[in-house]
This record gives sequence, C-alpha cells and structure tokens, in this order.
Amino acid sequence: MARTSIASSRSAKVSRRNVLVGAAAAGGGLALGFHVPALEAAVPSQRPIAAAKGAEVNAWVVIGNDETVTIRVARTEMGQGSLTGLAQLVAEELNCDWKKVRTEYPTPGQSLARQRVWKDFSTGGSRGIRGSHDYVREGGAAAREMLIQAAAQQWGAKPGECVAAGGIITHKPSGRTVTYGKVAAAAAKLEPPKSVKLKDPKDWTIAGKPLKRLDTADKLTGKQVYGVDVKLPGMVSAAIKDAPIFGSEIKSYDEAKIKAMPGVRRLVRVNATTVAVVADTWWQAKKALDALPIQYEDSPHAKESSATIAARLKEGLEPEAKNVFVGNKNGDALAAIAGAAKKVEAVYSTPFLHHATMEPMNCTALYTPEKCEVWSPTQNGEGSLAAAAEASGLPLNKCEVYKMPPGGGFGRRGRQDYVTQAVAIAKQMPGTPVKLIWSREEDTQHGYYRPITRCRLAAGLDDKGALVGLHVRLSGQSIVAYQQPAALQNGMDSRMFQGMWAEPGEAQIGYSVPNLLIEHAMRNTHVPVGPWRGVNTNQNAVYLECFMDEVAKAAGKDPLEFRRALMAKYPKHLGILNTVAEKAGWGKPLPQGVFRGIAQHMGYGSYSAAVAEVSVNRGRVKVHRMVLGVDCGHAVNPDQIAAQVEGSVAFGLGAALYQEITVKDGRVVESNFDNYEIMRLEAFPKIETVVAPSGDFWGGVGEPTICVASPSVLNAIHAAIGKPVRSLPLKNVDLRSA
Amino acid sequence: MAKLNVNGKAFDVKVDPDTPLLWAIREQVGLTGTKYGCGVAQCGACSVHLNGELARSCAIPVSTLKPTDKIVTIEGLSRDGSHPVQKAWAAVDVPQCGYCQSGQIMAAAALLKKKPKPSDTDIDTAMTNICRCGTYQRIRAAVHMAASGGTAAVTTNSQKKA
Ligand code: FES
Ligand code: FES
Repeated sequence: MARTSIASSRSAKVSRRNVLVGAAAAGGGLALGFHVPALEAAVPSQRPIAAAKGAEVNAWVVIGNDETVTIRVARTEMGQGSLTGLAQLVAEELNCDWKKVRTEYPTPGQSLARQRVWKDFSTGGSRGIRGSHDYVREGGAAAREMLIQAAAQQWGAKPGECVAAGGIITHKPSGRTVTYGKVAAAAAKLEPPKSVKLKDPKDWTIAGKPLKRLDTADKLTGKQVYGVDVKLPGMVSAAIKDAPIFGSEIKSYDEAKIKAMPGVRRLVRVNATTVAVVADTWWQAKKALDALPIQYEDSPHAKESSATIAARLKEGLEPEAKNVFVGNKNGDALAAIAGAAKKVEAVYSTPFLHHATMEPMNCTALYTPEKCEVWSPTQNGEGSLAAAAEASGLPLNKCEVYKMPPGGGFGRRGRQDYVTQAVAIAKQMPGTPVKLIWSREEDTQHGYYRPITRCRLAAGLDDKGALVGLHVRLSGQSIVAYQQPAALQNGMDSRMFQGMWAEPGEAQIGYSVPNLLIEHAMRNTHVPVGPWRGVNTNQNAVYLECFMDEVAKAAGKDPLEFRRALMAKYPKHLGILNTVAEKAGWGKPLPQGVFRGIAQHMGYGSYSAAVAEVSVNRGRVKVHRMVLGVDCGHAVNPDQIAAQVEGSVAFGLGAALYQEITVKDGRVVESNFDNYEIMRLEAFPKIETVVAPSGDFWGGVGEPTICVASPSVLNAIHAAIGKPVRSLPLKNVDLRSA
Repeated sequence: MAKLNVNGKAFDVKVDPDTPLLWAIREQVGLTGTKYGCGVAQCGACSVHLNGELARSCAIPVSTLKPTDKIVTIEGLSRDGSHPVQKAWAAVDVPQCGYCQSGQIMAAAALLKKKPKPSDTDIDTAMTNICRCGTYQRIRAAVHMAASGGTAAVTTNSQKKA
C-alpha cells in the first residue's frame, strides 16, 4: 500500500530468508515433493499447486497437447477480478486463443524453490495489475517468441518469416501453419529471448476488452472451494477466542466444564491471550468454546472507551498539540487564514471500521515434525508461508501454502494472524489436519480496523471569494505506528496524508492553494488497525471534499466551478472531474427534492470523481443515482473495472451510512451484522461508471473510487438540507435537525 | 440423530438436536456450497429452500425438521448450473468473490418462483442477502434477465477512449 508498504515488508522478510534457504532449495518447480503417509489417499485437488499438464514454455505459460493454455497467476483473486485481468495481459502478448485459456496459482513454496520466479504474491494497495503488468506481459511475449522460434526451427525457416495469432504460427512465405500445442515441448527447451518488445496498448485485442471473468462458473453452483470448505482425511475443526480486551492475558479457564461435551477433542492454549477448542466438527467446537468459562488478567485498557479515544483525538486538534507532523506545506497558511477577508472552519470525524469479509477468517493447517502445510485464504501467499514457518519452527522450504480463493479480502487478509493460530493449534496435534474457522463474532471483534481520525479544517477566502489559505489538521491513529513502527519516518506516517501529498503519481492533492498546511497529530489507541479498502484516502477525501463544498458555499460559488478554479495545474484530476460532471449532467435540472453532490480524489495511482443524486425525506437519505469515473491509465478489463467501482460504492457508502466500531470497557461492542450493518440491495443506488483511461500510466482499480463515494453523497446531503454533516456514520445524525 | 432429506436424498445425520441445519448440511451431509456468514439469520449466505420456501439454514435447528421436509441446496438447484437464475448470473458476470452467491441465487430462484416478473420493488423486498463485494447492481440486472428469459441486461457503463 502506498509508500510504506506493510505487505511488501512481509515479502522482504520472505526474500531475506529466501537467501538463506536458496542454496538448499531445489531448482524444479515441483521439486518440493513431500509425502505425508496419512494423506496418500488425498485427491490431488486437496493440494492445489501449479501442476498443469503440458509443456512449461516459461513460468507463466504452460501449453498442453490439446492446445490448452494455462497461465500462472501469483496474485490472489479475492473478487477484484485481477485473475482474469492478469491472464488477459499474458494472453495478449502470447497471441493465443482466449477460449483455450485456464489459470492456476503457483504456490509460494514452488516460487521459493525457483528463486521467486513468480515474484511478489502480495495482493494489496490495488497493485495486482499495476505492480506486475510489465513482467507478466514480458512472460507472455517471451513465450510467444519461443513458440515461433520452435516452429521456425522445425521448418528450417527464419523466425522473422513467421507470425503467431490465435495460438497458430504461420510461415508467411510458404503459408505453412502449426499450432502452439505442437511446438510447445520444443519451445520449452529453447533459451528465452534476452529482451522482448511489448505491444502498444492501442493494438490490444484481448487485454483492454470487457471479457467475462474466468472464475465464475463454480461460484454459481456451490462447487468453488473456499478456505472454510477445505476437507482432508482425518480432519478436525477448531473454534477460537482471543481476549475480548485486546491483549488481555488469560488467567485461567475451566476445562472440566467442556471436556465431556460431544465431539470435543482438546483445548489448546494458542497464545497468552487466545484459546481454541478442537472438536470433530466446527459446530461442536464452537458450542464447547461458548460454554468455556475463561478468566483474564486485569488489563490497563479496561477503561478505554469511544469517549476516552475521542477525547485523545480532540486534544490532537488543539493548536498547541504535540507530536504533530507536517505532510504537505507551502506558503504560510496560518497567517493567510488569519488575515483573510472570510474564514471557514469545521471539525469532521470518522470512526473505526471493520472489513467484515463475507467469509470469516479461517485457515487449515497440517503439521508434522518434517513438514507444515497450510490452506490459506490470503492476500499474501508468501506472508502465509513466512507465518507458517515462524509458527511451526520449520524452515521455509519445509512449509507450503495452498492459496484458497478468499471470500473477500479488502485488506484484512493481508494479515496472517489466522495462519499463525492454525499452525499453533496443528502443532499440538501432529499428523492431524486442523481447520480453524472464526465465528462472525470473533471476526468482528478481532479485526485490524480502519483507524479512527478527526480533522479540523480552516480556510481563508479573499474578498473575491478566492481560496488564499487552507489548513488541515488530522488527529488519530496510524497504521504504520501499529503494524510497522520501524517504518515511521522520524515518527511520521506519511500515509496519513494519502490523497493530499504534494508528490505526483500515487495519491497527489489535486488543488493549487497558495498557502497550504497539512498536518497529522499522531494519536494512537490500543485498538489494532490495518489497511481497509482505500485506507486513508477514505477519511481524507471526506474531510477535504466535504470541506471544499463548505468553502465554495462561503465563497458563493458552485462547488464544481470552485474546484475547477483550483485545478488548472492538475489536468488528470480535472479531466476525470469534468468527465463525470458532464456524464452526470451537472447543473441540469433535477426532479423536485433531488440534490447533487460532487467529489474528486486521487489514490493508488488513479484519478477518481463522483456525482451523487440524493434526496432527504423526513431525515431519511435516499441515494438515487451515482456517476463515478476513474482514470486508471490503462483499462485491462473495463467491465471488471465497472464491477470494482460498483463494489466500492457498497463498501464506502455503506460505511458512511451505517458503520462504526465502538469501544466500551476496552473491547469492541459490535459483534455481528445485526449491529454492524452492511449495505443491502434495497439501498444500493443506480451506478453509472465511466472508465476513462488516459493512457500514459498504470493506476490501480480496486480501491481508487471508494474514497469519492461518501463525500459526493455527503455533499448532496449538504445541498439537500442546507447544512454539512461532519460526523460519520450518518445513522447517528438526525438529519432533520443536523 | 436426525433424518434429513437434502436434494432428494435421505441422510441420517449424527448431531445434537440443536445443531443448525447449516452445519448439518456442511459437516455431516458434506455439501459446502451453503455458506456460513453470520449464524444469526442476518446475511443469507446460508439460504436454502425448505419445502419450496426460502430459508436461512443457520437459524433452523435440525430438531425442528421432519424427515419429510424437503431441503434443496445450491447443489440441488440444477444438475449443471442450468437454472435460469444461474444462467443469468453467468451472463451478467455477477460474482466477485462469490462467497455470498449461493445464497443470492437461492433467494432469487425463490423470488422468481413466487413472482415470475418481479418489479424493482419486489427485488428490493425479497433480495435482502448481504453481498460484501457489492454486486447488487448486477444481481438486480440478473434477476430481471432471468425473469425475462434471458434478454440482455441494460448496461449503464461507458468507456471513454483515451
Ligand atoms: S449464516 Fe445464515 S443468515 Fe448469515
Ligand atoms: S460476491 Fe463477495 S460477498 Fe458477494
């Protein structure tokens, strides 16, 4: 994610250890062969590894006698569509027949044994495609060149006289043809080309097209095997409970109370704060765990609550607050505002939020003293491998990870806590596979939450209504401080300012302000935090974009015109804003009682904007229609980009409407979907997506638009009720008197 | 012990009487297409048809079921994914992660059985299952498509050329 990557630090760890084991690791992809006698009967699909039948032309491409093309994908498919997109990119350069394309995941162990030939497995920060498009396309192109060369050799012809299309190579002078499947074995023996030329995206015929996803069929019939569905011979199930107050150590529990309950195998103390019950089935394990009396040591956090946390954050907004970092600055904002003809001030706040992936955390582990295997629904296969090695005490090359397709990730599955736990339990039961599944309650109360922040904004306008100064003071929790304190830069977490950076390319602010000061008061809590789809762009876009509307109103200007006047130096930000405004019919008449709001923001290398149409009736918000646009540079699959945009509205707007994680007596209050509400179909607006790739860069897709969903709706609500809403979620705000 | 009739087959399952049907289906019958999402009848991931009616199986203890009660899971909706709802779902490319989709499809199939030509309001009322990936727009389009026997869904997206 962004500049300080938590995910990549995991990978870095893997690669460091990789060096240590590199010498011992065998060269062949399947050389990690292992035998667990108890599982000899296991069907192969229980160990999903890269094992396509056919000739491996290179690491990315395997071609079968039957012309099947298997494309290897290292990044995780968790719904975001990059499995299909990455396959499109390889297939595009390969010039194969798309109808013959299959995909498979290489395992992290296979990759390790081959000097990380598949490079980075981590799938976060909307990097799946933008972080690997070059080398996967090169893989496809190199395979194509090798296939052509093999055909030419067979014909005694020059490769330059041959062309490949649709999986068929043609010798132009003679008109002879041969299919990929016929020459793949010979191609696999050739030296790969030293360099390849990639196609100009203008010439794409497979990439850039709204092709159907490759992974849909099994999701319609119940056949898709998720982590929770793993079945292994002799497998037992585990339910788990971590201390309700984060970090509280277990004092005691009364094992006798549950020992005789049906199916119970054993109780496992997983770590100082966590206990698990292992039983024949998960339902038995959960029932027993619920019946287990557990005492915890006193916790220093027992007095923490949403109120104490809010007070700490409020203090961070004071002018004299300490531990404040400057993220972006030019001129003298404080003086400019003090001397301005008109001043606007506001304080906004956003709560902790939970990922609530549809599939709760889970992992299956099988440990023997020789080998540790995990079936992990993870966003980072190599992270799971490192976690398995650490928890089992075995070297990396004695561990293996089978990546299961996660039922949602959204950042949560970049963590490996559930892998560590599953291995810790399995280690107590060598030779017995253990499937650990979290209850929804455990999942809701032991997340890595989107951090809580508040923000005080102040602006100065001159007598013509032009913005002369802007001061943004954030106060709140830092993900880097929690997860990776060593990565703080002299105490600063620069990702706090995501979308408000001066530097171009990733998450740049889109406004020229003559006097600007953007700061963050570091105010951490005992609540674990982590990246949540869109990370800090979410909060920052709400603060900045809603305040922009407040300032525009004070200046007596139309919100779009007010923004445009500040955006001349940011043509890509402005471009998508204009595109969306035009598509939405900004300024055109609306039905009685319907109001528009607009927002733009940058994140993950892409530019996003949205216009929402909203009505508020007796305090009830109805979002009728939204137009969202994204300029992601290159659009690999426009229909899947639209799907991500639609999904980002459900995720981002749903949060703004209903969601907050609150804290009482040191613990999370919310526990399930009855008190942590998710947006449902009935509330979902009509979405129109404009995919507007401007072509000279590669931006992300999964996260960028989420940050404009909420502020565009909040600005429309402001227009409707005449007052800004500054505190989320909206369910806590009485819009009749807001 | 309980006797369950799932997808037309009789099963003797050895479970405590308070075991939810969901877990009996997943762990004893061995069909894992029906998913656990919340366990408290909130999300619909566990939706099945019980005597032709939509039901959230996490909230039904097996002790309340008779051996004659007919339970249909996603695996029993059609033999090969050919139910009109499944076909429409494929045509619209509805699923993202897919985890909720067994339940969504079961809910849509139940709706169309009652209301072969549902209005948007009917869909709003009937389709209350959670999809965390936010596939709702496509779900709506696919329900309409299944109802109309496969006519193309309206697409509202556009691509601007660079
Ligand atoms: S699991 Fe049954 S409704 Fe959620
Ligand atoms: S497709 Fe992921 S929860 Fe619905």
